[in-house]
Amino acid sequence: MSVRIYLAEDILTAYLSGELDHHVVRTIREEIDEAAERAHPAVLVLDFRDVTFMDSSGIGLVMGRYALMQELGGELKIENLPNHIKKVMRLAGLERLANMETGGVRK
Amino acid sequence: MKPLNEMKLSFPSKSANEAFARTAVAAFVAALDPTVDELTDIKTAVSEAVTNAIVHGYRESIQTIYITAAIYPDNRVVIRIRDKGCGIEDIQKAMEPLYTTSPEGERAGLGFAVMQSLCDKVKVTSRPGKGTTVTLTRTLAGRNG
Repeated sequence: MSVRIYLAEDILTAYLSGELDHHVVRTIREEIDEAAERAHPAVLVLDFRDVTFMDSSGIGLVMGRYALMQELGGELKIENLPNHIKKVMRLAGLERLANMETGGVRK
Repeated sequence: MKPLNEMKLSFPSKSANEAFARTAVAAFVAALDPTVDELTDIKTAVSEAVTNAIVHGYRESIQTIYITAAIYPDNRVVIRIRDKGCGIEDIQKAMEPLYTTSPEGERAGLGFAVMQSLCDKVKVTSRPGKGTTVTLTRTLAGRNG
């Protein structure tokens, strides 16, 4: 599992890849938070296109970043969700929190 | 009903073993020729149960997690995840969606909700101070279903 983080204008995008579980979420969230706190972006994008597995630890990751962006006065977007991940996110009702790109409603 | 096959697994409750546990169970279940979706569901449910054992059962101390799994001729998979950790005082409360004892760890409190939605049956037995056993049952429709 790894995360690559890019800043373009005021959009910070974190490309997640590999398996997202409790073990890897700890380091990933530190990296994302550090970048977000430095950049104060208008939008934080979590891109899931290369995530091959996710359990509810990923939900915690999204909820925590949502709280962080609220604090920073920005917005959180979740993009490119593979179907198996959408299933877990739906369970948590996350589409109500973040702007889910596919079938999501803008907050 | 006699199982077609059975397996036992024990490993230290290190978070690095979450991936090992779900992958090992998936490899065992593969004999029933599950669909990719079914295999993902089982991996996810196992990952939740193992994470619970690590985070809550053993409170991040390194002890042993035990898994047994069996597959049956009627395409049923039964997986048991057991820890000898602190146990659960109030199982009903622990299973409530969004209830968590570790919000600072960013646990969403959705572990049991995920297990329940991905399995046909989730049974939890626990004794405070003795440990917790989670039994997951799922019948596979398989590629013919």
